[in-house]
Amino acid sequence: MALNRDFVGRTYASSAPYEVSRVKIREFAAAIGDANPIYRDKEAARAAGHPDVVAPPTFPIVFSLQGGSEALVDPDLGLNIAMVVHGEQRFEYHRPVHAGDELVTSATITEIRSAGRNELMTIRSEVTTVSGEPVCTTYNTIVERGGAA
Amino acid sequence: MTATVKYDEVEAGQEIPAAEYRVRRVNLVMYAGASGDFNPIHWNERFAKAVGLPDVIAHGMYTMAQGGRFVTDWAGDPAAVVDYGVRFSSMVVVPDDDEGTTITVSGVVEEKLGDKRVVVGLTARADDAKVLSRARAVVQLA
Repeated sequence: MALNRDFVGRTYASSAPYEVSRVKIREFAAAIGDANPIYRDKEAARAAGHPDVVAPPTFPIVFSLQGGSEALVDPDLGLNIAMVVHGEQRFEYHRPVHAGDELVTSATITEIRSAGRNELMTIRSEVTTVSGEPVCTTYNTIVERGGAA
Repeated sequence: MTATVKYDEVEAGQEIPAAEYRVRRVNLVMYAGASGDFNPIHWNERFAKAVGLPDVIAHGMYTMAQGGRFVTDWAGDPAAVVDYGVRFSSMVVVPDDDEGTTITVSGVVEEKLGDKRVVVGLTARADDAKVLSRARAVVQLA
């Protein structure tokens, strides 16, 4: 089923700040198989000039779609989640994410289009600290296989 | 927070040696838990096949993370990556055996930008298929 184009331009804010913890960063680093001490050891991170352990570059995927996921499950959008695969992803970093950050996300559906038999939807998320400091901007394109058929 | 690679010592066209990353089912289970992406196509073969996939496939973000690891290992500082984007061009099929599959990542310094930044182009392959395309990172060098 074609996705509802009326959703383009809608913005979704995260319901609560996401608190970045050392434990979560370590768990994420372990899951991607990256043994870099800067992700695990506060002293190693401080020695490298960071205030606390740093998150791997793709870590913002953990929280940056919090707001947008509300849209994905909205029946009016018409998305069959079972047919979704990831199409494209980009992170623009304004500064590194580290433990202790309290982050909020504003996710906007920027585009919905057909490509062959598939439906593509792009969500841009602006991630800032609770005090408004920009941290990163993420661009996520999902593909609904067969959605346009 | 400084990269260990020096801008002045890098040339456009310079290749970054390939690295291999093994991925088995357990890695996808760990990644599902760590990322919160519990889509069953990444751990449930029955479900994956029912929706027309050849088998369980890796999270695209797992593959992207291996590319990220490749770049941060090269640069020497995760914070040196200022922009990183990919397109997922093919699936990484992960069989239910001890071998799993291998993601091979290689890179090339495509362009030297101002402000001591470079563009690193990445190639990631699994089972002879290119699994990432238009994969590029902008890295702040020393």
